[in-house]
Amino acid sequence: MSDRTQPPAGLVGPIPWLRKNLFGSWISTAITLLLIYLIAKIVIALFAWGVVNAIWRVPYNQNGIAQTAICQDAKGLGACWAVIGDKYRLILFGRFPYDEQWRPAIVVVLFVALFVLSTIKAVWRKGIVSPAVRYIALAGAGLILLDNLAGLLETIAAVGFGQHLPLPFDLLAILNTVGKCLLIAGLLLLWPAIGVWVGTLALILVLMFGGILGLAPVAVDYWGGLPITLILATFGLAFAFPIAVLVALGRRSTQLPAVKMLCVVYVELIRGVPLISVLFMASVMFPLFMPPGINVDKLLRAQIAVILFAAAYLAEVVRGGLQALPKGQTEAADAMGLSYWQKTAFIILPQALRLVIPPLVNTFIGFFKDTSLVLIIGLFDLLTMGKIALSDPPWQSFSTEVYITLAAIYIVFCYGMSRYSRGLEQELNKARGR
Amino acid sequence: MNAIVLDKVNKWYGTMHVLRDISLTVATGEKVVVCGPSGSGKSTMIRCINRLETHQEGSIVVDGTELTDDLRSLDTIRREVGMVFQSFNLFPHLTILENCTLAPIWVRKMPKAEAEALAMSYLERVKIPEQAKKYPGQLSGGQQQRVAIARALCMRPKIMLFDEPTSALDPEMIKEVLDTMIGLAQSGMTMVCVTHEMGFARQVADRVVFMDRGEIVESGPPSTLFEAPKTDRLKLFLSQILRGD
Amino acid sequence: MSATAADPRVTAARKAPKRRMRVSWSDPRFRALVWQFIILGIVGGIVWYLVFNTNKNLAARHIATGFAFLHRVAGIPIGESMISYEPSVDTYGRALWIGVLNTLKVAGIGMVLATILGTLIGIGRLSGNWLMAKLTGFYVEVMRDIPLLLQLLFWYTALQGLPAPRQAWRVAELMDGATFHLFHETFANWQFGSGMLLSNRGSRIPILNWEPADNWILAAFVVGAIGTFLWNGHANRRQEATGIRPKVWPVAFGLLLVLPLAVWAGFGAPLNFEIPTLRGFNFQGGGTISPEYFALLLGLVLYTAGYIAEIVRSGIQAVAQGQWEAAGALGLRRGAILRHIVLPQALRVVIPPMTSQYLNLTKNSSLAVAIGYQDVVSIANTTLNQTGQAVEGIAVIMAVFLTISLSISLFMNWYNAHIALVGR
Ligand SMILES: Nc1ncnc2c1ncn2[C@@H]1O[C@H](COP(=O)(O)OP(=O)(O)O)[C@@H](O)[C@H]1O
Ligand SMILES: [Mg+2]
Repeated sequence: MSDRTQPPAGLVGPIPWLRKNLFGSWISTAITLLLIYLIAKIVIALFAWGVVNAIWRVPYNQNGIAQTAICQDAKGLGACWAVIGDKYRLILFGRFPYDEQWRPAIVVVLFVALFVLSTIKAVWRKGIVSPAVRYIALAGAGLILLDNLAGLLETIAAVGFGQHLPLPFDLLAILNTVGKCLLIAGLLLLWPAIGVWVGTLALILVLMFGGILGLAPVAVDYWGGLPITLILATFGLAFAFPIAVLVALGRRSTQLPAVKMLCVVYVELIRGVPLISVLFMASVMFPLFMPPGINVDKLLRAQIAVILFAAAYLAEVVRGGLQALPKGQTEAADAMGLSYWQKTAFIILPQALRLVIPPLVNTFIGFFKDTSLVLIIGLFDLLTMGKIALSDPPWQSFSTEVYITLAAIYIVFCYGMSRYSRGLEQELNKARGR
Repeated sequence: MNAIVLDKVNKWYGTMHVLRDISLTVATGEKVVVCGPSGSGKSTMIRCINRLETHQEGSIVVDGTELTDDLRSLDTIRREVGMVFQSFNLFPHLTILENCTLAPIWVRKMPKAEAEALAMSYLERVKIPEQAKKYPGQLSGGQQQRVAIARALCMRPKIMLFDEPTSALDPEMIKEVLDTMIGLAQSGMTMVCVTHEMGFARQVADRVVFMDRGEIVESGPPSTLFEAPKTDRLKLFLSQILRGD
Repeated sequence: MSATAADPRVTAARKAPKRRMRVSWSDPRFRALVWQFIILGIVGGIVWYLVFNTNKNLAARHIATGFAFLHRVAGIPIGESMISYEPSVDTYGRALWIGVLNTLKVAGIGMVLATILGTLIGIGRLSGNWLMAKLTGFYVEVMRDIPLLLQLLFWYTALQGLPAPRQAWRVAELMDGATFHLFHETFANWQFGSGMLLSNRGSRIPILNWEPADNWILAAFVVGAIGTFLWNGHANRRQEATGIRPKVWPVAFGLLLVLPLAVWAGFGAPLNFEIPTLRGFNFQGGGTISPEYFALLLGLVLYTAGYIAEIVRSGIQAVAQGQWEAAGALGLRRGAILRHIVLPQALRVVIPPMTSQYLNLTKNSSLAVAIGYQDVVSIANTTLNQTGQAVEGIAVIMAVFLTISLSISLFMNWYNAHIALVGR
């Protein structure tokens, strides 16, 4: 019977595959031929435009102004990639001081590393839960608190009594830094995932702001480009997520109808209006909300808007996961005598959140793209920097090249994430089918 | 002392009166089997005993504590009463050992090492200590139900409730679970058990309670109840069960 | 058990007693009440604080609150409007209303076109032809990975790259060799293709001059539609009564297509388009599509179609192969299976995500503000810049979108319930 273990020769190999998938019927054959014709035409035209006839470099005059005449001549026939060569630092890093741009470059790398690390399952496991580790983290938190407390006292003394306190502020500042390191180290050991996120995000802020460790301080006004896009989306996710979990729990509460109402109104209100209206709110209404004299930086305002917006959408995603849990799980937890928060933390959330990782990633892809809307309120994200690069007179008419480059950057990030989420989804489906 | 006293317990779902004047006393160490047609209120009654459902009239006293709208009484009851469900309800994201140690650690505030030793001893008692590091999804139905029993026992409850523990199992696995339950009964545990396993009832039950339409229709020792049913409803029920066998 | 006798659990006269809440921390209801008061108190406090600050800030800037500004004369120039508007004569209220209409104009047409394109691409993804499936998959991936705003800017700049009206492209001339020949043969007499002009001042399209004959053609179509509807009902009754269903499609074909065409031919086949022509530096006649509207519509449709395609694909795939096989085993024909088995099930899967795509499209139309199409967000933004009424301006935007969102949700819920009944 061994000769029957292989399918008949006519069913495998490239020729039968072609016959089945490309030339299965007259219609299929016609479609195939038409598509091949069209694809060939388009690919050849794009290749001619983007590679063969493209201009990669232009001369500069003695003032350093680009001479784009050859690009102008080639317009329509060949791409002018020289614009990217001239402007890529501006597009990627905005007006960050030129000599310090290695910092945002590292920030981008850190973000990518953060995303990649987050896809590793071991990172999400429980770490070493031992008392010693817990004390390390607590000691770190204590040192940070100590410094902040001293600062608070000093402020009260200065404002209230016009006096300075004789406290060792230099030492306290050092202790604060040590405390932060201890806290992050403790978190890394306790819950690696949370430690990785807190640590990386903290490091990113240090690199961007500077001012310590010998890094020159850089004001937020000078930030721009890809880091802004990544910061808005990632910090948005990190801060929106805990809010979203609370809102989702609140929306499912049976005991607290008023809280449930509040959560429903919040979620439906935010989801009913476009992001741009929330961003407008942040840019024109937020200053009105603050007591006179307090100015909140524009990026922070946009960040708050993104967080509030993202929280509503994430809350719905999380709620989907909560609903998918069988009732027996909560009943078993109740029967064991676990309290509401124990039940939520040990039984419900670990299962519900695992279920919603794929839609969560998809939602994150959405925010990542949506951060481009801050262009409308005048923040310098990747897309805005592209437009600013295009406002330089010599390059004004080469928007196609810049837009294609920007699109490529977005595609790299979004495609990577969507591939990951689809892989996870298939894994989950397989596990469920088992 | 009586472990459980139900006195004229009534419960409604909306306007549907699902438990009607249920009175039942279970002595410490007694084994009671509850049977009756589907939808007759067996689960509802047994779930009232550990307050997964709340009754609305009458009184339930468990181990000397009356069940009221008082969170303190709730905490006490949940520690003293263990429950085993038809669908196991193990936590799929935790290992067998973690399933068993969760409540001792967080509710009984037991040190982790002690909780694990306790869990292992119960897992040995239900004859699956070697599975401790596995996840529930990797076990057979019968094994999962035995883990569920061990998990409930880890709280050292005084009373165990079983709601059709073998109904979701394939026939060849029913015996291993019933054997575990028989072993538990012989150790002197107070048990209230909803089941249609007549053999089990005959072997361990001190008393069988027959429920229909939210009432206790008949109760008595298994031999009397099964051999000489008094009411037509029980006769009909027994005939259907036996035909089903 | 004995289901014959009335169930005492249902007929019983006793009702559940009401429980009283005890004022004690160990009563869960009391606890819940306290928690709710605390949480509402915190939220209320925050809101009160923000309102308090806002009032103080507004007073400091001498901005009057309220919607009185809606009656003030607006100085906003509006390029494109479906109702008459005169800057410096009409009010802010009217300007905003125009914005709402413009939003609806782009969202409504966008939904129809995106549904058509998305459905085609979704079906293409399931095509047995490997190349077709891959190509449509590529389309979906690319559309979903590029921010809509970037796509809009791209299309808008591309449209601005079109020649000035003097050298406007004629659509017919854009086609090459054989296609053009075919197109020319068919339409040249009516000057149709050569009448579609693309330029950086907008696209001009021929519009039909409405004539009395057209009224009759329309009437014939309406009569045909009613006739088809009646015949369909008749066919249903016949099928129920006799088991044999009279054919519907030949009647539908005749009434809906042949009848109006016959009437048209009867009037001498008139076809009177107003063709745009170049006069001086700009066009005369025909209808205009502004580059802003065109870019926005194009971007929205192409982008949303990528999402709709995925919904359509998963909707069709959600109907298990077993359903086809079971229905086939009953001897149903392919058309009947599709109509009675597959479509109802697929639609039920498809409608909820489709609703959220329609909502997304509507909300995304607010990106108009970035390319200068005057939708409600853009006009409200100008208004709040001119009047300083930030709170009211944003309230208007939110109210408009909440109303639209709610209407779409209600309609789709109604439709869903309707087909759920039909599909059962
Ligand atoms: N959550 C509920 N809401 C409304 N009715 C319920 C609910 N749970 C059970 N019931 C009804 O109460 C009756 C008793 O149910 P149950 O106790 O589960 O019966 P048994 O366990 O004996 O099969 C049934 O008629 C059932 O339909
Ligand atoms: Mg039951």
